[in-house]
Amino acid sequence: MIEVGYYPGCALHGSSNDYETSVRACLDKLGVSLRELDDWICCGATAAHSLNHKLAVALPARNLALAKRDGMHELLAPCPMCSMELHRANRALAACPQLRREISEIVELEVDGGTRVLNFIEVVQKVGLEEMTRKVVRPLADFRPACYYGCLLTRPPRDVQFDDCEQPGSMEAILAALGAAPVDWNYKTECCGAGMTLADEEIVLELSHKILSDAAAHAASCIVVACPMCHVNLDMKQADIERRFGVRHDLIVYYLSDLIGLALGIDERTLGIDRHFVVK
Amino acid sequence: MSQPIVDPNLETLADLNVGDCYQCGKCSAGCPVASCMDILPNRLLRLVQSGHIEKALGAASIWKCVSCMTCTARCPKSVDCAGVMDALRQMAFERGLAPPARRRTVLFQKAFLDNIRRNGRLRELELVGTFKLKAFLGDGNLKALMKDSLLAPKLLRRSKLHFGGSRVSDRGVVDRIFARCRYSGNKDCPSNGTSK
Repeated sequence: MIEVGYYPGCALHGSSNDYETSVRACLDKLGVSLRELDDWICCGATAAHSLNHKLAVALPARNLALAKRDGMHELLAPCPMCSMELHRANRALAACPQLRREISEIVELEVDGGTRVLNFIEVVQKVGLEEMTRKVVRPLADFRPACYYGCLLTRPPRDVQFDDCEQPGSMEAILAALGAAPVDWNYKTECCGAGMTLADEEIVLELSHKILSDAAAHAASCIVVACPMCHVNLDMKQADIERRFGVRHDLIVYYLSDLIGLALGIDERTLGIDRHFVVK
Repeated sequence: MSQPIVDPNLETLADLNVGDCYQCGKCSAGCPVASCMDILPNRLLRLVQSGHIEKALGAASIWKCVSCMTCTARCPKSVDCAGVMDALRQMAFERGLAPPARRRTVLFQKAFLDNIRRNGRLRELELVGTFKLKAFLGDGNLKALMKDSLLAPKLLRRSKLHFGGSRVSDRGVVDRIFARCRYSGNKDCPSNGTSK
């Protein structure tokens, strides 16, 4: 059993709780136990780095400090917004003793920038693809997924240092190992509009429409994401997108943990797939 | 030689290297929202380099930016272009300079942070409520106010709507963090704006 610290973030405890359901079921099957960070707070997301630079360091830093206090050396943040913010604070803190002192005072706990932050894909890699493949009971033979990374899993590369930010391939490797045939397509790392859904919906509809269209044009049978915001925009908003552009996409959007879970024999309900908007 | 940066805050905000930009335009070429920007990212950088900060601060583009970080990832001179956008947004917000047409975006970001300050973690329903109400009081856009009301039962049916939501036990510490970071949450957003 591998034990990893767990930072759910607001989305996974809010309307993207289907992602949390899926991540927990999937990792449990893979022999990873999650220890949730006690009293975690919001990472500040786009709002903090847009309006107050110091908050954008302090809010994630408070969580890193809590992890350090509780002896967690590794922290899984399945939301790429959260993991990017945690990474960025980590790097800034590790590089500057003066900032560490200042932020430690601000967040009322000592921070050192030494916690290892992991996204969901990295935890699967930690288990190992071979180990994962040994547990497959239902290969994903009929799946031709378009793996969609979005922005913050791989960007900014200096901070997150994960995969290749122009041509990532970690999700394809996992899904191919499970028997699926990921398609080659063009919009892997284009933006879906992220958290602009409420403030500027038109941007989200337009960008997400391009992503869905390109996946369909490359004969994908579904889209796979590892981000709650990408899921909201491509799944929940898909009906709005279809109305706005007068098209029919009809593409199921899975979380990566859904497809791994299915291959490992977990049923759709346990994974929360029946709670998506676009269903079979 | 690049020109000196006029506002010293810009340099301290995010290791920005603004002076290194040599105007190749790669940031603007890869920007997913370039088509709806009034001043493109490379031109904003030039304005900052040449000391025309006020003009950059009034740009609608800085609030159109979706923070996808593509510009920062691709800059051949390692200029943190997305960081420049952040720096400009923070200054424009603190000085109340965001253009009225981008009022909703500013309001949303502010409502988000105020929500975290109160609760420690985001309470989505409360965010939607306060944001929509404040936006409506500012621009009277009834259609925008009512727009997602049909979504609520769909979310409820999928167990995705939470009336309480999880809170942290020590909310005082979050409020103190905000105060120490000198978050100027009380600045008024530009008024008499339109929704788009």
